[in-house]
Amino acid sequence: MKIGLFIPCFMNELYPKSCIATLKLLKSLNLDVEYPEEQTCCGQPMANAGCAKDIKTLAYKFVSTFSKYDYIVAPSGSCVTMVKEHYKDFFHEDDEEYNKTKTSIYEICEFLHDIMKITKLDVKFPYKVGLHNSCHGHRALKLGTASELNIPYNNKLRNLLNLVEGIEIVDLKREDECCGFGGTFCVTQEDVSVAMGKDRINDHLDSYAQFITGADMSCLMHLEGIINRDKSPLKVVHITEILAGEVQ
Amino acid sequence: MSIHNHPKKAKEFVSNDERMHWHDKALWFVREKRDKASKSIPEWEKLREYAQQIKTHTMANLDKYLLEFEENATKRGIKVHFAKDAKEHNEIVYNILKEHQVKKVVKSKSMLTEECHLNPFLEKKGIEVVDTDLGERIVQFRKEPPSHIVLPAIHLKKEDVAKTFHKELGTDENNSDPTYLTRAAREHLRGKFLEADAGITGVNFAIANTGGVVVCTNEGNADMGSSLPKLHIACMGIEKIIPRLQDLSIFTRLLARSATGQPITTYTSHYHGAIENGEMHIVIVDNNRANFLSSNKYKKALNCIRCGACMNTCPVYRRSGGHSYDYVIPGPIGSSLATFRDPKLHKTLSFACSLCGSCSNVCPVKIDLDSQLYNHRQDLYEKNIISTKKRVVMKLSVWVLNSPILFSILGKITRKIVPLIPKKIIYNRFNIWGKQRDIPNMPTKSFKELYKEGSIDVK
Ligand code: SF4
Repeated sequence: MKIGLFIPCFMNELYPKSCIATLKLLKSLNLDVEYPEEQTCCGQPMANAGCAKDIKTLAYKFVSTFSKYDYIVAPSGSCVTMVKEHYKDFFHEDDEEYNKTKTSIYEICEFLHDIMKITKLDVKFPYKVGLHNSCHGHRALKLGTASELNIPYNNKLRNLLNLVEGIEIVDLKREDECCGFGGTFCVTQEDVSVAMGKDRINDHLDSYAQFITGADMSCLMHLEGIINRDKSPLKVVHITEILAGEVQ
Repeated sequence: MSIHNHPKKAKEFVSNDERMHWHDKALWFVREKRDKASKSIPEWEKLREYAQQIKTHTMANLDKYLLEFEENATKRGIKVHFAKDAKEHNEIVYNILKEHQVKKVVKSKSMLTEECHLNPFLEKKGIEVVDTDLGERIVQFRKEPPSHIVLPAIHLKKEDVAKTFHKELGTDENNSDPTYLTRAAREHLRGKFLEADAGITGVNFAIANTGGVVVCTNEGNADMGSSLPKLHIACMGIEKIIPRLQDLSIFTRLLARSATGQPITTYTSHYHGAIENGEMHIVIVDNNRANFLSSNKYKKALNCIRCGACMNTCPVYRRSGGHSYDYVIPGPIGSSLATFRDPKLHKTLSFACSLCGSCSNVCPVKIDLDSQLYNHRQDLYEKNIISTKKRVVMKLSVWVLNSPILFSILGKITRKIVPLIPKKIIYNRFNIWGKQRDIPNMPTKSFKELYKEGSIDVK
């Protein structure tokens, strides 16, 4: 089984630590992982801004880079959603390469939970942690049950975090409220975006969390930006770093 | 008309932190009530599915059901009128009123008449129109549009209402006790009901196989307005049709729970004809609705039963207030309807959304609201409505991203240079991200560089 590691463009540049943690997690399961160096970006920011037409070339590039792998794994729910949901406009519905890409791409937690079905992690994280359920992963990829629905509760991220020794996942008042990042939304609607981010952070502070974690670094980057500006006593860490035992 | 600007209006609303949070909490409270109510019904998700199927089927056969409705209503002595647009709707209503020499009208909440601007039209003709829903009456006094479709005065605090009532009804300015204020309003409205020559109501559901209409209210004002005066005019959009009486139960179970968390609206009134010696009219309006039917991407928007749940759940609506949308229906569904109707005028609305998807999950008839907003963005681009600046930036980004080497070089330069630039220069007025947020710390090397070097120790 060969795995293609897809690292979102901005994570590659700004958050190499989380990328390393992702790679380590996969390697620790003795998987054959490769990081194709010709990758850049899935095109999500442009598509969300209304310019999906422009990213056709990126979509083709993505598919030709990754369709050869048995699984494609990425530490970002929103980028995976982009490939799964929004690339379809560019390809014929029975395009084999695209269909293969679409069905073999997984968000890292989803992959560990559903494909590898891991039940054990040999790591500790003795802190109070708030889980930020990022919308794309949460609602589009169904990493967790959306609070609006009346279906049995499950949360893949929480299940994985529960494998970590010493961790205490705090209960938030609004379990899956959006943090306000939203791609270019964070700039075009700066005021609402920041207000949403602040409220999200306060929910964590009120629950005595020491860390905020989640599966989407873009949301975490937005929250971290506010936390650092406001000098809030909270740390932000991508879920892969906790699961890989990379933060102590 | 100048182009509406959601970000600008939202900024104004957000800048009053206390009021913004009060608004957010008030609506979140309703959303939580809705969660409890929906979770008390094991078959909730099935109901949503049925509701969606019934609506989709009805819309696909709308002409047939409209004719069936007309036939059955006519048999019951109801006079049915069809209006192609707002203007025709208003004229039809006015002509009926004129024929009956009506001077005073009581109206119970109808977003359609709001959409058609019926009030100012009738007022110009010398007819007094009183909105009888409490929230509607408050905003009517203040000469403001409703800011929510179920809770029209949710942007106001009880102190604001006390001030308004003091001015209009002579109540004590400093007494904002809700019971006191409601009593005053009730007394005032009683008089209006007794004086009225005609009652206008909206329609929640129109049943094709019976020819009757159903109106849901919590204050019973539709019943007062339609049974005290002899003349009752019900105004509805073409999309209010449902095929059979038994379909109604699905919608009434979903509607109140989604709207306010109540198991059922206090009054679910069925009208199957005029009161004794009275007259009943139904005005059925298209006003650009039929166009939705021919659009695969947006036609589901017509399935909306106007419960308001998507507004209550929307994190942007809760923090920016209904008036920031500048459209008769705010929130996610309003953004889609408005953009479809006039993309240029409402071009900021599909972007007034973080694409969180909560609205689509909360919607009792499963409208794909977030996908519609995503699609609207692409359509605006196609129609050349989004700004040239954005276009250029996006095209440039794609050009860079198409070349892994160029992208790596640019990344490297940024990571090297940014830490060297003084803070003052980084946080300039063009850096919108940086107004209230720090930019991320720059690592010395990218993941790709580390991977290439083979310096990642995986064990
Ligand atoms: S779109 Fe759905 S949630 Fe929103 S008002 Fe209509 S029915 Fe209710």
